Parts: sequence; C-alpha cells; structure tokens
Amino acid sequence: MLAKRIIPCLDVKDGQTVKGTNFVNLRQAGDPVALGHAYSEAGADELVFLDITASHEGRKTFTDMVTRVAETLSIPFTVGGGIGSVADVDRMLSAGADKVSVNSAALKRPELIDEIAGKFGSQVIVCAIDAKETDGYWETYINGGRIPFGKGLMEWAHEAQERGAGEILFTSMNHDGVKAGFANEALAQLSEELSIPIIASGGAGCKEHFLDVFREGKADAALAASVFHFGEIGVQELKSYLRSNDICVR
Amino acid sequence: MNVAVVKYNAGNIFSVLGALKRLGVNPVLTDDAETLLGADRVLFPGQGEASHAMQYLRARGLDRVICDLKAPMLGICIGQQLMCRHSEEGDVDCLGLFDVDVKLFHPQRHEDKVPHMGWNSLQFNSTEESQRGDEGLFKGLKDGDYVYFVHSYYVPLCPKTIAATDFIQPFSSALHKDNFWATQFHPEKSGRVGEQIIKNFLEL
Repeated sequence: MLAKRIIPCLDVKDGQTVKGTNFVNLRQAGDPVALGHAYSEAGADELVFLDITASHEGRKTFTDMVTRVAETLSIPFTVGGGIGSVADVDRMLSAGADKVSVNSAALKRPELIDEIAGKFGSQVIVCAIDAKETDGYWETYINGGRIPFGKGLMEWAHEAQERGAGEILFTSMNHDGVKAGFANEALAQLSEELSIPIIASGGAGCKEHFLDVFREGKADAALAASVFHFGEIGVQELKSYLRSNDICVR
Repeated sequence: MNVAVVKYNAGNIFSVLGALKRLGVNPVLTDDAETLLGADRVLFPGQGEASHAMQYLRARGLDRVICDLKAPMLGICIGQQLMCRHSEEGDVDCLGLFDVDVKLFHPQRHEDKVPHMGWNSLQFNSTEESQRGDEGLFKGLKDGDYVYFVHSYYVPLCPKTIAATDFIQPFSSALHKDNFWATQFHPEKSGRVGEQIIKNFLEL
C-alpha cells in the first residue's frame, strides 16, 4: 500500500537554514546539507528546501546547496522559492533536485505550469498554494502570503491540476504557526475534488494533528517545519504513533 | 570495477551517479558501445517518455548494444519498461528482454492517484518460476521494505517477476532474467534500502 508521507520543510537563507537551531543536538544545525541528511536518517520520506533569499548572489548559493544536497541525500527532495521560469526549473533539476515548487509566479502567469509540465513532466511540479479563509471563502495569496490575489483556492487548485501540476502543497495561513492542527475541512475538499496528491501544510503542533490530517483531511502527505526543527516531535516517533493508529507509513 | 551508466535523453541521472559515488565507485556516463560492452556493471536509468527514449536508443544503435551485454545490467524505472516487449506509452516496441507488455495504470477508486508516486512496499517470491527475490539483488532485505516510485505505466506480473508491489493491482516492481535486472522503483531515491540494493547489484 502506498504510504502517507512525512515531509520536513527547511527554509534556507544565504545557504543557511533558518529556524533549525534546536534539531537533535546537531552541531551544524545551520547547514542544510547536514540537517537534510539527519532528517533522512531519522526516517523523513521527502524534504522541501525553500529559498527565502532575495538577492541574486543568494540564489547562486542556493543552487550550489541543491547540488550538495543531491550528492548527500538518498531520498527525494523538492526545492522552491522564487521559481519564475522554465529556466529556473531547468537550473534546479540540473543541480539535482527531484521536484520544484511554484507559487506566486504560477498564479500571476498560470501558463508557467503548462510550460514546465511540457518540458519536464508533471511529476516535477509541486504547485504551492498559500490561502486564507474569511467567512468560508478561501482566497489565494502571493508574495509569501503578503498580498491577496483575488482567486479562490478551489478554482486555482483545479486549474493548476488541469495545466499539469503533479501535486498540490496547500498552506492554510489561518492555521500556519498556530499549532492547533491542519485545515482538515479544506484539505478533504481538495483531496476529494482533485485527482493529484495533496500535501498538507500549516498547523502541526502535536502527533494527533498528523493523525487527523490523514484521517479527516484525507491528505497524501503532511509537511511541517518548526515541530521537527525544534525536536518537539521526532519523525520516527511520529511514524510509530501513526502506524499504531493504522495509518500506512514507511 | 568499471561501472557504466547508459547516457540517453532520459531525464535526471544525477541521483544515480550520486548514489554510486556514495558507494565508492566512480561511474562513467556513456553512450559508447565499446565502453558499455567492456563494463563490469551497467546501469540503465531514466525517467521520460518511452517512444522518444526508444527512438533515441535505436538512432544510436544502443538498443542492440544493451541486448548484447553480458555483464550484469540494472534497468531503473523507464529503464525497466524499455527492457520489456512493448509499451502502451507512445505505442512503441521496446527491447524485448522481458516477454511482457507495459500498461497504463487505470484508477479503480478516487484514492488511486496516478502517477503512482511515493513510498510503497516490496513483496518477494511472487511467482514460482523466478528465484526468490530476496536473494541476489535483494539480499538482506525483508518482505514489506519500502522503496520510492514515480510512474504512470507498469509492468504486469509475469514469470520473471522477482518483487511485486500493490497499487490498484499487484504489478512487477522488479524483474530478473540471466544478467538482466530491473526495478520499477528508484533505488537511488530509496534511502538505506535502495543503497543496499545498489550495493547488492555491484556485488552480484
């Protein structure tokens, strides 16, 4: 049976991870390569590296990091942050990434998804969507959740799938950072309406939240950052818990 | 040991080269017939589309070279599919090393999302004719070990199946005949289990 995936997400700025300071006594917690390897050893199924650098030099540093990660890591990984063109995707895949996530640029110019799918196949595209709920309506946001875009979550998710996205990574801005659980209702709707895998993001605070996101949210994968980085939940411990609750995990 | 990786237009081979290097071998990426025929081990990796891949191989005579190999060869993902008789992807005749045809997955339930992407488990000794899968390529592994898949087409169970995986229905996640081995999953992306498989292949 296909296993549910647990995906730690690492924010990277100028070649160093941000937030990852408390991870299981790791000496080089700031080094994305060392941290990625530690997560892989701990049983993570996939990793996401998000480039939160703005500068051109920072981008070059990130590309070099992707190559070092690919040389070290024996599990799949996705990179994202500032991907705006087929050339960006080409650069990341050539550096050794398995998948690339697109966000703002795809909302602004949806053809980007068709172009990437046409050149590299749907399996490399993760369409990341940040959305916020107000009075029952989920609106998408761009630029790291700073600017409302005026397109509904469901409408955009359907369009992204039709244009060739391979997976949807949905972050609920209402739930992100609150640590009170994932946006299970919206996730379940996405999962029921779409035929591509849904990665849940935003809201993980304890092991029970992961159980809920797979049972109630019907997610295919769950992504989290701080609960893993700060050692609040160990990946292996989380998987044992899920397994004992009849969730299929590796 | 001379380890060669078949060079053709089949997507990202970075991780295959990386996995070999982590095991201490320095692979050569080549489409040169003599180098391939002289290698101690040959890997035939790839993602991509079957008919284009076959076209590329035929245009360079690599189809015959692969079939003439005497050293152990390991096909990965699209590599396994191209080693079969025919593929529904692009309706193309393939290398014919395994007497079985490649099919497209048809979801039976909404939960069956195609492509089959992620970690799924291996079941060995699924047919009588083949050797037990957990010898040779799968030495040291156990039934139920997880490996990483990304594919929309599959090889049905056949007499050469040495490992089966259940997705929509059981299919061939690995094949073996003579010096030819193949996996539908990506050992180079399958963590420690995958590393063990590549190590076993090098030690066959």
